[in-house]
Amino acid sequence: MSRSKTFVLMSLLGLSIIGFFILNLFLGSVQIPIDDIIGILFGKQADNVIWTNIIIKSRLPQSLTAMMAGAGLAVSGLLMQTVFRNPLAGPSVLGISSGASLGVACVVLLSGSIGGVALSKLGVIGEVTITMSAIVGSLLIMALIAFVAQKVRGNVTLLIMGVMIGYIANAIIGVLKFFSAEEDIRAYVIWGLGSFSRVSGGQTSVFIILMLVLLPVSFFLIKTLNLLLLGDSYAKNLGLNIKRARLLVIGCSGVLVAVVTAYCGPVVFLGLAVPHICRGLFHTSNHAVILPASLLGGASLALLCNLIARMPGFEGALPVNSVTALVGAPVVMWVLFNKRKNDVG
Amino acid sequence: MKSNETIKVVGLATGYSGRKHTTVITHDINASLYSRELTCLLGPNGAGKSTLLKTLTAFLPPLKGEILIRERPLDDYSESELSKIIGVVLTERLNINNMSVDELVGMGRSPYTGFWGHMSADDRLIVEESIALVGIEGLRGRMVQTLSDGERQKVMIAKALAQETPVIFLDEPTAFLDYPSKVEIMQLLQTLSRERNKTVFLSTHDLELALQIADKVWLLDKPHGVTIGTPEDLALKGEMTKYFHKDGVTFDIESGLFKIDHRLTDSITLEGKGPVANMVRKALARHGVSAVAEDNDNRIFADESGIRLNGVCHPDIDSLLDAVDLLFDRR
Repeated sequence: MSRSKTFVLMSLLGLSIIGFFILNLFLGSVQIPIDDIIGILFGKQADNVIWTNIIIKSRLPQSLTAMMAGAGLAVSGLLMQTVFRNPLAGPSVLGISSGASLGVACVVLLSGSIGGVALSKLGVIGEVTITMSAIVGSLLIMALIAFVAQKVRGNVTLLIMGVMIGYIANAIIGVLKFFSAEEDIRAYVIWGLGSFSRVSGGQTSVFIILMLVLLPVSFFLIKTLNLLLLGDSYAKNLGLNIKRARLLVIGCSGVLVAVVTAYCGPVVFLGLAVPHICRGLFHTSNHAVILPASLLGGASLALLCNLIARMPGFEGALPVNSVTALVGAPVVMWVLFNKRKNDVG
Repeated sequence: MKSNETIKVVGLATGYSGRKHTTVITHDINASLYSRELTCLLGPNGAGKSTLLKTLTAFLPPLKGEILIRERPLDDYSESELSKIIGVVLTERLNINNMSVDELVGMGRSPYTGFWGHMSADDRLIVEESIALVGIEGLRGRMVQTLSDGERQKVMIAKALAQETPVIFLDEPTAFLDYPSKVEIMQLLQTLSRERNKTVFLSTHDLELALQIADKVWLLDKPHGVTIGTPEDLALKGEMTKYFHKDGVTFDIESGLFKIDHRLTDSITLEGKGPVANMVRKALARHGVSAVAEDNDNRIFADESGIRLNGVCHPDIDSLLDAVDLLFDRR
């Protein structure tokens, strides 16, 4: 693919983000006149205080969260697929999101039975606690995976280890549920559905700043990732320290998933789907192209999914996870069908 | 020591060391590799060719002994230093989609590019040159997954050239190729060793080809260990027969090549000269008939003018063989 064509596609992805972002602000279950929305965004007090609240406290943070989460998950998925050389790898395979779930489950489910206070009733403090527990849970699992990565040779072994650790985490969650109050289980299940609107107020800024710091870090890995494509032996022969590279890539990817899952719950499918869509669009495996493309594509697709989840009529009730799968799966299939044709020609 | 010695191996033992026990595959290897030479590593399956190659390329640690590259121990080199000294072409199939030949050869420049992997004008020039040297200009824009085995092998050789290493190790570069491609790759590697001053070391199962083109041969097998020399010296010392002795195959010292040992049950007198006579002799041998010079009940005459068995003309060897079968009552 020529440079100019890559540039055009990349710009289109960028434009689609802007487009979906604006639509996310303008569309929703409450009809707000366009003039008022623009006014509110530029700091003017609107006629209706509720409108201001909807835009500033709901639609804007939700859109920003969706954008960042989508970008993070897509980049993380791409890193996983490259380091494991497995097209089915995604942010959830290494059990990192299970780790986050375990952390949340421990706190949400145990707080009721042990402390006697249902966390789900604590409001902001509860939210922060949930976020922290998710991060701690996923980072603990990630540390475990990193430790295992040093010990085992093959990528497939590592992948299976990750899946097994995920099963163990889920089993523990199952046991915890058994001993928990119904109310707490409900709170945990809702967290598990995934949502871009769970994050509120000051937490949104924290999340966005975290992602703005973490996402560029992945760009330092472009050369490493390209070398990893050649397989361990060739990469080593070209001067790459395989163990360190593997640790760096898994670490970077893991922290991204941990943070996104902590704030938005386990959002499925974006991380798996977006890299495939981008490879199909750009016809390259070069990470200098595919990494920024996945970042933009992830942000764009997440905004689109959020938009669909909030379509007038659904009243904001659709869980994001259903939408990501419903939108993402057909797109991936379409890309794969198309790829067949191109490869033969 | 010859002045063009690049790699020296002293008392090397190769194999795998596990937590519980160590498996030694080959021990006590003493040898050297030289620049401007093509060296072939020959040996039956399971003799330890791959293990030896992996040890020499630092993919596997040696169990014993030392490997010196330019008089410095191999484990003394850092990964990035080594990437500028040894280039490899491996048997493992690349599992890459959507990477162009250009990009793949460009990966050979990785040891020289900076943090972002961006190629300078010089790097691009070297990539172009490597592609031209291997003669794959026509493949440049192609995606790696669309290449044939032979084409992919050449691309990987171009990658190793772009790496600009004085030493190139290749693990069975001629496997899976058709015969003309095998010859082409071997000739290419020989030319590279001569013109680019490279030390080329490769493992192969293509005995005939290796014996014709290699400057040095390393014979490797379990009972005998490693024997080294020019193919001709090894032939004269009888090493070839020792290493590759199997029923039905003999090493022909005249041609320096291997021959299939036919079981000859009958004999026939063959007169005549030239290619026609030679081909008739070959065909008869395949049919278990030895062509002898002394008088015999039956007599074949063969040269450019035609083929006659006991005075009867035959248009080609096929019809001659039918007549011979009839003669010895083989049908």
